[in-house]
Amino acid sequence: MFGLQKNDTRLLIFVAFLAMAAPFLLNPFPVDSAMAQFNAGYPDLMQRFVIFGIFAIGFNLLFGLTGYLSFGHAAFLGLGSYGAVWMFKLLSMNIIPAILLSIIVAGLFALVIGFISLRRSGIYFSILTLAFAQMMFAIAYSDLIGRFVGTPITNGETGLQLALDDPRILGVSATPDGSIPLTNLFGMDMRSVAELEVGGWLFTFSFGYYVCAVLMLLSFYLAIRIFRSPFGLMLRAVKSNQQRMNYTGLNKRPYTLAVFVISGMYAGLAGGLMASMDPLAGAERMQWTASGEVVLMTILGGAGTLIGPVLGAGFIKYFENIFAKINDNVLHSWFSFMPDGIEDMMVAIIHPFVGKGWHLTLGLLFMLVVIFLPGGLVEGGQRIGKMFKRQQPQDDSPDASKTPAE
Amino acid sequence: MDAILLQFLNGLDKGSAYALIALGLTLIFGTLGVVNFAHGALFMIGAFCSVTLQRILTLSSETLSETEKDFLGNPLKIKTPYVENWFGPEVGGAIIDWAVPLAILLAIPVMLLIGFIMERGLIKHFYKRPHADQILVTFGLAIVLQEVIKYFYGANPIPTPAPSAFVGSFDFGPLLGLDTSLAYPYWRLVYFGFSALIIGAVFAFLQFTTFGMVVRAGMADRETVGLLGIDIDRRFTIMFGIAAAVAGLAGVMYAPINSPNYHMGMDFLVLSFVVVVVGGMGSLPGAVLAGFMLGILESLASMNEVKNILPGIDQIIIYVVAIIILLTRPRGLMGRKGVMEE
Repeated sequence: MFGLQKNDTRLLIFVAFLAMAAPFLLNPFPVDSAMAQFNAGYPDLMQRFVIFGIFAIGFNLLFGLTGYLSFGHAAFLGLGSYGAVWMFKLLSMNIIPAILLSIIVAGLFALVIGFISLRRSGIYFSILTLAFAQMMFAIAYSDLIGRFVGTPITNGETGLQLALDDPRILGVSATPDGSIPLTNLFGMDMRSVAELEVGGWLFTFSFGYYVCAVLMLLSFYLAIRIFRSPFGLMLRAVKSNQQRMNYTGLNKRPYTLAVFVISGMYAGLAGGLMASMDPLAGAERMQWTASGEVVLMTILGGAGTLIGPVLGAGFIKYFENIFAKINDNVLHSWFSFMPDGIEDMMVAIIHPFVGKGWHLTLGLLFMLVVIFLPGGLVEGGQRIGKMFKRQQPQDDSPDASKTPAE
Repeated sequence: MDAILLQFLNGLDKGSAYALIALGLTLIFGTLGVVNFAHGALFMIGAFCSVTLQRILTLSSETLSETEKDFLGNPLKIKTPYVENWFGPEVGGAIIDWAVPLAILLAIPVMLLIGFIMERGLIKHFYKRPHADQILVTFGLAIVLQEVIKYFYGANPIPTPAPSAFVGSFDFGPLLGLDTSLAYPYWRLVYFGFSALIIGAVFAFLQFTTFGMVVRAGMADRETVGLLGIDIDRRFTIMFGIAAAVAGLAGVMYAPINSPNYHMGMDFLVLSFVVVVVGGMGSLPGAVLAGFMLGILESLASMNEVKNILPGIDQIIIYVVAIIILLTRPRGLMGRKGVMEE
């Protein structure tokens, strides 16, 4: 189906199911129950899941396939956001032109940066991308270009926001009641939500989320096609042995540059979507720690696998938003069945790892994954799967969708 | 002219910090071939050694004052640090005052230990893995170290003053025969002198001791040195410890210049990697040269005269220079052939 192999189709359908049913799947607990804080089914967070999923899928195309570790990918995300917000300011509040512009802007910058950075490989490439990204962060943060031109371009540390006096050629500057119009898709408001109450459960269906989810599925599909194409094969060849590539007389530059631009455009799309859901863009999205985050996502999920980056993105965003909310009161309520002294001790032990300290858990988890599970969570899942499957007769064909690119 | 001179001096101490961190990075890279993204965290831990010692020294006992009373007539509580109780107020006060330089004594064993544990416990297993994996695992370690520090010391910068003897500024003007005054904080002079001393010591150690000679030989050709029957692994572990100590010492003395906070390591890490790459991977003199060069360039670019012509240039000058150098001299300023080139 869709020109995919059988198990890729299965994977795509599985991901599509996950994405479409997310409002149900992420809301397993009734609203009033004690576990309700583990519900992640609110629109903001669901959007973040899929947007960072797109970002990580794009990053994985570069890192997972070619092995080029870019530490500056957040720059394209930020550029995409700026592009989209400028489109909202100047043209209309429809998200289609905004997203198109964000992809184009990110692609153009990726072309330039990639052209220069890809002259070097290994650590030099990482540092070059890092330097470029930090430079662009500094430019955006101090609005350097804006100061040259005389009009704010990135609006410095305040960030770029919509204003009531924006021209908006194809739309109105302000709604009749005097507020800034909302982002929309041909009139459908991104913030519009339908709610469904079933018993104690409350399910929220957000239009914005579904727009993001559909785009994520499209990018996922495209990523599968790239993975399975001759182009993808060539990229894997670059990763496995560059010298051999050189000896066969192939020039790897066009291939690596192409994939760098593609992954930059993915990041631009993610940035554009981010701005579409919440129309503002700030420089902090471009800082190198933000680039580190997408690296974490991809590695944690499993670099070089199809589903890994999406899992990793979901995992980290879930941690960031849900685990960070666990404070001492919650912990005390969990362990309240224990005697007082032991209760306090348990809380004291767990306290550093949750709430504000969730980064510590993330760092430890990340180290454990890099040390013991180079294939990330996907490999972990496979190992667990194998333990149960051992008795059954297996067919020898490796599960191509899940084996890391080598 | 005076302004340029002043910025040049300002750049020296920033350059000293860059150079020291980059020196440690290059030592690790040159000896073990490991890309250590946790090096900034080691710098930060060094700075927190100062904070820790300061806290230990100011541990106080509370006593009720016999003479002073508050407005209700109750005796006031007076805190006296134990150090003052033991050594008397004058000596004790001086010890507390000198907390930052004294922290060097604390930092050396602590940093050596951390270095040894890091190398034996973690880095050892990553020699054979690709550089990307090394970057990733040390990046994870950096996050963990940073969070641990944040847990114990909080997220706010902790002011750590220099000894009061070094408060104030040194006036360069008359010394150079200039009329105008060129005020330059004493502590920054101390920092520059200190880093020059450390850099000199590291070079002397590598140049003039047998140990250093073996390590240099190991940097050039690890296998052959191993074949000669030298336990090169043990020496490399010690080198890792020394590199960690260099980063830590850079941090200890940097504490009064910028109050330590938990993310200062990450802030310095990116810049110090840029410094290493500009200097040339695996080249110790290159790291020092590039550190000072970029530090001074950054200071010069932050002058108002320059900023008026090119606003914001101070933020990006380092990266612009780095990109230009990497493209014109792919191995950096003094890089050796064959290092890190697949």
